[in-house]
Amino acid sequence: MDLRWTDEEKAFREEVRAFINTNLPTETRERMKMGKSPTKAQVVQWQQILNKRGWAAPEWPKEHGGPGWTTAQRYIFREELMLAPAPSPLGFNINMCGPVIIAFGNAEQKARFLPRMLNLDDWWCQGFSEPGAGSDLAGLKTRAVKEGDFWVVNGQKTWTTLAQHADWIFLLVRTDPNAKKQEGISFLLVDMKTPGITVRPIITIEGGHEVNEVFFDDVKVPAENLVGTENRGWDCAKYLLGNERFGQARVGASRERIARLKKIAAETYDGGKPLTQDIGFMTKVTEIEVELQALEMTVMRVIATAMKNPGSNKPDPTTSVLKIKGTEIQQGVSEMLMKAAGPYAWVDGDPDMEGGSDQVVAEDPDIAPDWAFGLAGVYFNWRKQSIYGGSNEIQRNIMAKAFLGL
Amino acid sequence: MDFDLSEDQRLLQDSISRLLGDKYGFENRKAYLKTAEGWSAEMWAAYAELGLLGLPFAEAEGGFGGGPEETMLVAEQMGRHITLEPWFTTVVLGGGFLRHGASAAQRAAVVPKLAEGKLKLAFAHTERQSRYDLFDVATTAKKDGAGWVLDGAKGMVIHGDSADMFVVTARTAGGQRDKSGIGVFLVDAKAAGVAVKGFATVDGQRAAQVTFSGVKLGADAVLGDADGGLPLVDRVVDEAIAALAAEAVGAMEAAHLMTLDYLKTRQQFGRTIGSFQALQHRSADMMVALEQARSMAFFGTMSAQDSDPVARRKNMAAVKVQIGRSARFVGQQTVQLHGGIAMTMEYAAGHYFKRLTANDGSFGDADHWVRVLAESGGLVAAA
Repeated sequence: MDLRWTDEEKAFREEVRAFINTNLPTETRERMKMGKSPTKAQVVQWQQILNKRGWAAPEWPKEHGGPGWTTAQRYIFREELMLAPAPSPLGFNINMCGPVIIAFGNAEQKARFLPRMLNLDDWWCQGFSEPGAGSDLAGLKTRAVKEGDFWVVNGQKTWTTLAQHADWIFLLVRTDPNAKKQEGISFLLVDMKTPGITVRPIITIEGGHEVNEVFFDDVKVPAENLVGTENRGWDCAKYLLGNERFGQARVGASRERIARLKKIAAETYDGGKPLTQDIGFMTKVTEIEVELQALEMTVMRVIATAMKNPGSNKPDPTTSVLKIKGTEIQQGVSEMLMKAAGPYAWVDGDPDMEGGSDQVVAEDPDIAPDWAFGLAGVYFNWRKQSIYGGSNEIQRNIMAKAFLGL
Repeated sequence: MDFDLSEDQRLLQDSISRLLGDKYGFENRKAYLKTAEGWSAEMWAAYAELGLLGLPFAEAEGGFGGGPEETMLVAEQMGRHITLEPWFTTVVLGGGFLRHGASAAQRAAVVPKLAEGKLKLAFAHTERQSRYDLFDVATTAKKDGAGWVLDGAKGMVIHGDSADMFVVTARTAGGQRDKSGIGVFLVDAKAAGVAVKGFATVDGQRAAQVTFSGVKLGADAVLGDADGGLPLVDRVVDEAIAALAAEAVGAMEAAHLMTLDYLKTRQQFGRTIGSFQALQHRSADMMVALEQARSMAFFGTMSAQDSDPVARRKNMAAVKVQIGRSARFVGQQTVQLHGGIAMTMEYAAGHYFKRLTANDGSFGDADHWVRVLAESGGLVAAA
């Protein structure tokens, strides 16, 4: 039993940190330090820098352009990105669709899509949820009917994150309406420029444009864009959803935000003294820090298990623990950041200040300190975290059934 | 990063697990509670035979040569069976003082007997006014020739009624809440002027009120620096916190499993109550609390070895907070999900709840430590 990082792992961390410090564009880091999401251009630029270094897809096998890292190295790399802070490789490409194509796709699909995914030449989005299929994803109704060399798709997807940026969408569609609900689903790759696709923005409560509805009206998709076996798309979906073991823990991101929160708290006065001396406030922050420390160790345990059984896709109950605790912690920190801003939290505005949003007030230092802009927006927006990716209640169902035997 | 046990560690774990599995069922425990000592002399001898009493001492000194991981493994097993013997007080606390504070000669006089099960130790630190502050010491040790004279009263001395020797904090200089001027003394329980009044605690352990009236101590009674004993106390208590964390994890795991069993067998409304989603989700939350606690027990075992006392103290505070929060939740929900049966003395669940509650209170509860940690700037530095 040795509960510390090895010297090699420490050296690797230094290497990653040095690379980020040298190569991360200053504007990207500055924007993210303010708590804003990076712009599309910044995400693309950074992923292309990483790709040149061979680091765009930490988890992919070497033969498809991955770096051949151990689980620990992948984790360290992602931690360092969050701590910098720097954009992570685009999840839709690298952690969702890419792994499905690697596991289920044919040689042509791999050659055609994977290099462009790595270099972010194509921005992908995920077409899973529907108005009638949220937590009960297998209840989806979007239909694909085979007509000659094409699938003709009709239906509607929703909560499609950043579809406004996307060149391609990976879809779950119903190809056999008579089969049991999990058994008549297929996994399709669709070019967003295909006629018949309409993207309609959904503006979320903080005013941001992050998610969309996507409508399909007689959209003709070449038959060769089906991944894996017809009617076996649920296998792809399960693989995709179970693929990321510690994606929602985001320990580094929370640590970076707590560090920022403490800086703000040191400069913010309540009752004539800085918030850092307000024991009530700091106790709440400390409770979150403790949970975060425990979560980091839980992540370490998951890594250690994964490294012992490479290639195993056995479900691990701690994945649900990471989702529940990781999101609770992120939401907790977002709330404390908002509270630290006091009255200046209430300036309306989309934290990301990107085009297409519903934002009302531009960032203006005459109105509020620059660090206060958007903190309430992030708090409101991050309520999504315990809803998406299998809501935290679904996670509890999974734990009860799969691990507790209830 | 490697959470696997070594072959030796696995053997150790197996042998304790087998021993306690055979001899520490809940009915056995009830019988041990009814003895005059309130614990089992037979088990104590069995621990000695397995090497659990000499666990942390060097083999050359008559010990087992175990490290913090071995202590963690044993403590976790003790927690699973909520054992009653003075293992924690003698081996973890007493042993900690001997390892970190005693001279070779002092150790030679005590460790072999301790490892054989012929000598038990208890740590006398709590005073009426001190609550959880280990530096708040009114008991005095005044210089008397080459030796000392000890006067004062210590309360809630866990397993004080069966101890052969006490490790006592006493003020050698300065005011009651000064961090310097504290000495740590090894005191024979039978020395003239020592009075011990034993009693039972809520969690089935024993404790004692111990008073020292003009107790004469030799020059060799002091452990380490007679005026600078607090760092020694902090170091030993930090190790003890790691062991308490492991013990709590063992108890939480047993309580969680017991609750799951009950949910799968108890029928109401014509079906097992585990089929109700409200109870399933509560069980899942118990599992989350347990896993977070388990992670922090590992973290505690790792951090207690840190040579930087400031960083170490912060990390151990964090351990105490997480373990305390998890123990409270798992303990309360164990009772809640069982329902009325867990309220009865004859059923095990309530006893786990009581032990988990007392574990949180040992050396400061979660509320105490979250304040200490908050006041010291927390774990994450400002940007």
